[in-house]
Amino acid sequence: MATPQQQQSLKEPVLLSQEGNEVQKTYAAPKLCTTDLNFFYGSFQALRTISINIASNKITAFIGPSGCGKSTFLRTMNRMNEALRNTRVEGQVLLDGQDLLSMDVNDVRRRVGMVFQKSNPFPKTIFDNVAYGLRVNGIYKNSVIEEAVETSLQHAALWMEVKDKLNKPASALSGGQQQRLCIARALAVNPEVLLLDEPCSALDPIATLKIEELLFRIKDIATIVIVTHNMQQAARVADYTGFFLMGELIEFDDTRKIFQNPGKKETEDYVTGRFG
Amino acid sequence: MASSSLQKNLVNYLMFGLTGLCTLMTAGILFFILGYLVYHGGRSLSWAFFTQLPAPVGETGGGMANAIIGSGKVLLLATAIGIPIGFLGGVYLSEYSGRTLSFVVRYTTDLLNGVPSIVIGIVVYALVVHPMGHFSALTGGVALGIMMIPISVRSTEEYLHAVPVSLREGALALGAAKWKAIVTVVIPAAVRGIVSGTMLDLARVAGETAPLLFTALSNQFWSPGWNKPTATLPVMIFTYAIAPYEDWHRQAWAAGFVLLTLVLLLNIIARLALARGTYVSKA
Amino acid sequence: MGTSAIVHQRAVPPGKVRSFARRLRAGDELAYLITLIAAGAIFIITALVFYELYSESSLARHKFGWGFLFSSTWDPVAGNFGALPFIYGTVVTSVLALLIAVPQGIGSAIFLAEMAPPRLSNISTFLIELLAAVPSVIYGLLGIFILVPILEHDVVPPLKSVFGSLPLFQGAFYGVSLFSAGIVLSVMIIPFIVSVSREVLLSVPRDQREASLALGASQWQTTWRVVVPNASTGITGSVFLALARALGETMAVTMVIGNTPQIKASLLAPGYSIAAVIANEFTEATGDLYLSALIELGLVLFGLTFVLNGLARILIITTSRSGGH
Repeated sequence: MATPQQQQSLKEPVLLSQEGNEVQKTYAAPKLCTTDLNFFYGSFQALRTISINIASNKITAFIGPSGCGKSTFLRTMNRMNEALRNTRVEGQVLLDGQDLLSMDVNDVRRRVGMVFQKSNPFPKTIFDNVAYGLRVNGIYKNSVIEEAVETSLQHAALWMEVKDKLNKPASALSGGQQQRLCIARALAVNPEVLLLDEPCSALDPIATLKIEELLFRIKDIATIVIVTHNMQQAARVADYTGFFLMGELIEFDDTRKIFQNPGKKETEDYVTGRFG
Repeated sequence: MASSSLQKNLVNYLMFGLTGLCTLMTAGILFFILGYLVYHGGRSLSWAFFTQLPAPVGETGGGMANAIIGSGKVLLLATAIGIPIGFLGGVYLSEYSGRTLSFVVRYTTDLLNGVPSIVIGIVVYALVVHPMGHFSALTGGVALGIMMIPISVRSTEEYLHAVPVSLREGALALGAAKWKAIVTVVIPAAVRGIVSGTMLDLARVAGETAPLLFTALSNQFWSPGWNKPTATLPVMIFTYAIAPYEDWHRQAWAAGFVLLTLVLLLNIIARLALARGTYVSKA
Repeated sequence: MGTSAIVHQRAVPPGKVRSFARRLRAGDELAYLITLIAAGAIFIITALVFYELYSESSLARHKFGWGFLFSSTWDPVAGNFGALPFIYGTVVTSVLALLIAVPQGIGSAIFLAEMAPPRLSNISTFLIELLAAVPSVIYGLLGIFILVPILEHDVVPPLKSVFGSLPLFQGAFYGVSLFSAGIVLSVMIIPFIVSVSREVLLSVPRDQREASLALGASQWQTTWRVVVPNASTGITGSVFLALARALGETMAVTMVIGNTPQIKASLLAPGYSIAAVIANEFTEATGDLYLSALIELGLVLFGLTFVLNGLARILIITTSRSGGH
């Protein structure tokens, strides 16, 4: 089984690995690309010169101990950190080769969706939750909205469970269903990238499994980046995995390599549980 | 050891009893007030009170229909002036302001809240009544409206703050502009608190008398429009209570009963709603 | 529709969404501006309150200077105005009110926050909140018709028989008096002391209580030696807040104080307060100097409450911060 030679700061297009034993030598432009990204909360530097290429229509996972900067990194890619006071970002983030940091922020967030650690359905009906993103982005035509709601709920593997109670409040759903609703809500605006910030940390194993299954299915329509504290989860779902420690990206490679044959001592310590 | 623990317990029961007595006396005042108003006011209340004009001096009977309508008009104006400014100011504090400016606005709001109501009356007299040349429902509304602003600001800010950050982030992450997230998610989630806060605010100014003395003044007759001196329930209670006529005292009790019922009802409804939580988690 | 079929289907054409998003950007600037204007209006109104009081009282301020505060003549006919009798009446009634209200209010707050079972505490808190909502003019009404007769027949005669030799209880009692006003005021400010003190007490961290209880201290010992000292600054703040209320209280005082501009040592004598004289004479004031003197009284009242409120806020904020809230 060959693994593409990847460096942690890839300037050139990423080499995509394929199922099976062959590596197809096609170069795809990365969906997201950061160069020397630094991030500060006041004087505290949370990210240190992160350079990475994230492959299109793949699942990329970031692991690392609490406070290592993985969530901060995720939130830089849809600029959610800007809502916080007294923060500063340096470096470059490219989305499809365009400078993400100088784009219209609402536009960025529409294109780069996000699912949060704790499910956060709005105090509205199930239907209105999924329709919300369309409406705030200026789509009011009912037929379009209805179709998008159904499609998104199908993607999130929630349609069969909620199709008869679309007008019920979202708070009536279980925790796992609420999180899938949030995924459906994010998918409804048709994002190119979907960021997931520890989406299963509050869920039971069955609900977690459902979400992992749906991630496999939606990677055809969106590039997926997931932050998780659960290494097994990264090993199960991700094509590529990055390891963060103290604000630095220690290693970024094919998931199998990270878990079976890591290149750095720190990574090995962490994935084998010898860390800390 | 045993005697010290006995003593400890005795002191504990004694203080439980003493502080409990304080509470009983405090809460008891409410029943004292209610009892007297129901007794005197209920007895003096009649259909005529709600439908007739005040009787001329020396005659018995009559009512305070004009003061009931007058209070309604002045409060309507006050709400129309005070609530929009207070609500938007609260939104500013909760959603938009920086640290320094929010301190300034919050501090001036507290200051305005602490200004004695009679002083508000003087200022509105000097600023509005004097230039206009006459007392009116309009100026009464301005005075009460100013008094409504601080509470409206603080309650709006408080209830918006109670909305979880995760909801705001959820909306922003879908590409909603900030104002859209506020209008479509944050404010609807806080709406119960904000409406209840407004009711409490209204209840507070509904009983205000002092600022109306030099603004709406009073009137023994109907005052159509917004530009005439206008009778209001609190001012009527005051003038009737200090007048030397037995029948007017009766009327003052009746008016007090009506006013207190209105104020307490508003309070009870608002507080029961608030007790169910200020952040709406259901659609 | 099978899930595999819909996977490749995009919900909405991307270009369409983007152009709308861009147009909405202008909305944020507008929303910011609208709320900023409202916030600015609050600032301007508060500044106007001070400015109007200051500028409209210039006539009296220039004529009497600081002497205004220390002169006890109030003669509208001769055009001589001094604020002392009103300041005296205001201070005496407020202090009397505090003497009654502070122990009872703090006692109630301790009971509600520390001693009472939760259900009883909730119900009592609710009732006391309702008490705070009773309008001033209703207190005045009850003051004139209920309290004053009770004081006249049942309270003052025994008081006089015991303390009659003290200057505080000399002279005839006609019902309306500094004493009556102080009592009414005390009833009015208790709810404020209770609700603010209760919140300050509740903001003391739970671990402080638990540490004390775990050492075998009783509920009361914990309350008195740990919780109350922790909250004392904030409780002082609540007293200042209540004092500011009492000083500015108008209607109830006007109805029971007697409205006589004099300085008498006896609490049983009628007096006058700043707010009451404004309420009674403002619309009848003839001549600019008279009006200006009344407005200067308003300025004095504003200044007093300004200082007290400011102090109270600082004290309350300090406690809730150090309380680790």
